[in-house]
Amino acid sequence: MAPPDLKSFLAAQEKKSLLRFLTCGSVDDGKSTLIGRLLYDSKLLFEDTLSALERDSKQHGTTGDDIDFALLVDGLEAEREQGITIDVAYRYFATNKRKFIVADTPGHEQYTRNMATGASNSELAVILIDARKGVLTQTRRHAYIVSLLGIRHIVLAVNKIDLVGYSQETFDRIAAEFSEFAAHLGFLSRVAIPISARFGDNVIAKSANTPWYGGPPLLSFLETVDVEAQVADKPFRMPVQWVNRPNLDFRGFSGTIVGGRVKPGDKVAVAKSGRTSTIKRIVTMDGDLKEAATGEAVTLTLADEVDISRGDILCPATARPEVSDQFAAHLLWMAEEELLPGRQYLLKLSTSTVPAQITTLKHKIDVNTLDQLAAKTLRLNEIGYANFSLAQPLAFDSYRDNRDMGGFILIDRFTNATVGAGMIDFGLRRATNVHWQAIDVDKSARSALKHQKPAVLWFTGLSGSGKSTVANLVEAALHADGRHTYILDGDNVRHGLNRDLGFTDADRVENIRRVGEAAKLFVDAGLIVLVSFISPFRSERRMARELVGEGEFVEIFVDAPLEVCMARDPKGLYQKAKAGTIKNFTGIDSPYEPPEHAELVLHTGKGEPSAHAATILAYLKDHRYIA
Amino acid sequence: MREVAAEFANPVMLYSIGKDSSVMLHLAMKAFYPSLPPFPLLHVDTTWKFREMISFRDATAKRLGLKLLVHVNQDGLARGINPFDSGSAMHTQVMKTEALKQALDKYGFDAAFGGARRDEEKSRAKERIFSFRSTAHAWDPKNQRPELWRVYNTRINKGESIRVFPLSNWTELDIWQYILAESIPIVPLYFAKKRPVVERDGTLIMVDDDRMKLRDGEKVEERLVRFRTLGCYPLTGAIESAADTLEAIVTEMFTARTSERQGRLIDSDEKASMEKKKREGYF
Repeated sequence: MAPPDLKSFLAAQEKKSLLRFLTCGSVDDGKSTLIGRLLYDSKLLFEDTLSALERDSKQHGTTGDDIDFALLVDGLEAEREQGITIDVAYRYFATNKRKFIVADTPGHEQYTRNMATGASNSELAVILIDARKGVLTQTRRHAYIVSLLGIRHIVLAVNKIDLVGYSQETFDRIAAEFSEFAAHLGFLSRVAIPISARFGDNVIAKSANTPWYGGPPLLSFLETVDVEAQVADKPFRMPVQWVNRPNLDFRGFSGTIVGGRVKPGDKVAVAKSGRTSTIKRIVTMDGDLKEAATGEAVTLTLADEVDISRGDILCPATARPEVSDQFAAHLLWMAEEELLPGRQYLLKLSTSTVPAQITTLKHKIDVNTLDQLAAKTLRLNEIGYANFSLAQPLAFDSYRDNRDMGGFILIDRFTNATVGAGMIDFGLRRATNVHWQAIDVDKSARSALKHQKPAVLWFTGLSGSGKSTVANLVEAALHADGRHTYILDGDNVRHGLNRDLGFTDADRVENIRRVGEAAKLFVDAGLIVLVSFISPFRSERRMARELVGEGEFVEIFVDAPLEVCMARDPKGLYQKAKAGTIKNFTGIDSPYEPPEHAELVLHTGKGEPSAHAATILAYLKDHRYIA
Repeated sequence: MREVAAEFANPVMLYSIGKDSSVMLHLAMKAFYPSLPPFPLLHVDTTWKFREMISFRDATAKRLGLKLLVHVNQDGLARGINPFDSGSAMHTQVMKTEALKQALDKYGFDAAFGGARRDEEKSRAKERIFSFRSTAHAWDPKNQRPELWRVYNTRINKGESIRVFPLSNWTELDIWQYILAESIPIVPLYFAKKRPVVERDGTLIMVDDDRMKLRDGEKVEERLVRFRTLGCYPLTGAIESAADTLEAIVTEMFTARTSERQGRLIDSDEKASMEKKKREGYF
């Protein structure tokens, strides 16, 4: 029943390579129109899609009676109405030579992060510019971002060439300007093509309107450009996603190979632990494989019993990735809320997720000039270069060498939003060389001597809520009882240890980080530490909590209504804040995030301080901090 | 898929019995081999599916040894919601979208696989592979998490969930070629056969049981038809075709001039209807 050409059709399909590319450019440069044109001219539109398009063109179209190709790709209602693309849309088409996945990405400045998303999975970028406007700030930004995300092939499509009268002079000038800028960005191939997406010049076929242009039309170029990344020749890497244990006799490690190739008999190592073994089998449902290469999802078994879990990286014993808890990386910030150096974020790299913080933000990058500027923070869509410190070491390669082994995302611990995307440059050697000094007398030995369990009593609440008053009473009682204590008070610490910090969000984070670390040392010394700090942000309190052991952190929410605190105003600060002489004052013009799971809540709007102190002492007894 | 199995407490695979679901299930069998996929299948039954779909569903779960959960919106059933009298929009809203939310809440699933592909429909083209849903199962297309490389953000709070679309980057042709290459079993309705159909509003509807009432002037004819896509029988248009083997279907496919969702009556209800349904919690 099948016609004779089915076999040849399938064979041809098999041989077709896949090119993933993205299109980017400024608003109204015609990206969506270009993709629509590619689909239309390569005869890939279905009849019903086409008739829907004709209908829509009449309603929303901006091209008069002609078909508005942009409407094909602008999927979401809002963007159809506004006439701009606000998210990444993926399109699929194929010619006789290649299959294509196109990421159509936003041009608007506030959607630059979406562009980076599209770029992260593409091998080539088509940057559109309007021939009438030439190279813009956005064009530079886009070229830089795609280069940063590891794209090595770039096409500059000079669109709307019809609107400048098919002028060679205009085209040459734009091409030269772009070339000058992009020359430093490490592209392997860089071409400029004059096109008109609306009328189809040089999109599929060479246009008679540009006899001066000697290069190929866009589609021919996309069909033939060689983008074969050499990942298959790189060292073998497989992050373990899932340990496969159907029964006691089988223990396999499932994952997708992200570099090189592997075959039974290969000697492999677990990057982090350094343990080695030999590949026994490559198991799949269709039978064991003799070899597997980059991109394949497989299950490996080893000759020896080696302790391996999700997050481990299998690699050749002779070509291991770096293992470190500190590295330097480029970071693209993707959230409305700005980056706070010192705050803990979650970092996900391949199959591992660990707490991480930015220790030093070295600089941010001006995308127009590529100049490095000093920076304390990164805002939405800004790119910086920073040192990272992780709670545990990870195995990684530089992003340059392997995108899957060097690209990571940062996740906000409370909103769970993806707030940043990072590309590892190199590991910091000092991490590998600074080892923990083992000490014989440990925390439990020290606290046993004092007949107490060490802990941090963390008092948080508005200024004037009574934190210091209650903390003082508690310490006095503990001291009278022969316990070994210490108070870290917000105001006092700011006179010494934290003298260099102000009251911006970033400084508040660093303030709490230092206090948390100091409290940790006191806990290690076996003490009961009373910390009395406004500490308005949940993330920082959580960071302090995680510095010490399970059960060593008692969060005490000293909860008095703002009006009461303002009425008390023991230091006259609310007065000043209201007058505007103090900026960023918690409760007035800086937020306070109340704890959600405090161990103790004291309603200090009423009641005697001594009663509240008694509540805390009872808690300490009940939970056996003191006998 | 392994990423989901490793990172979520209680995942589920939405199984719609169609060709995409068949491919997705086949991939799951491969991904976890020699283990079985560590999650159950869930079918949201509108009670208007083709009978052959239901028997295929039960046979498949049995053949593979997988746990199958079937959920029907009993409330909707009691209210007598049906595609003929309630209209396709109402039927889909109550018996599919509402029913799906009920099922996800009932079992407390925190991740659900779906077989949707980005090439199907415009708003689906912007869907993430890991797509976040609020506690009310709503999709916010303007506030999606950026998705870079193959690093998926799987973090959610209690009550929130993630929809996962492993076939996002597949096209309809890819699906058929893969079914052919891997000999994946599919519902016989995809193959051409003489079936009783009625032509209604330009679409061929198969008369699958006696709940379908004929309008004046309509008559049931035996025609050689097959389906490119499967849903509720009163809402799914057949195409006239003689393709009765996988090879013939693929041949028909690569010369096709209309998109598969053309046979879906629910999409043309109103403009941008898919986006609207998705925001409300439809897959």
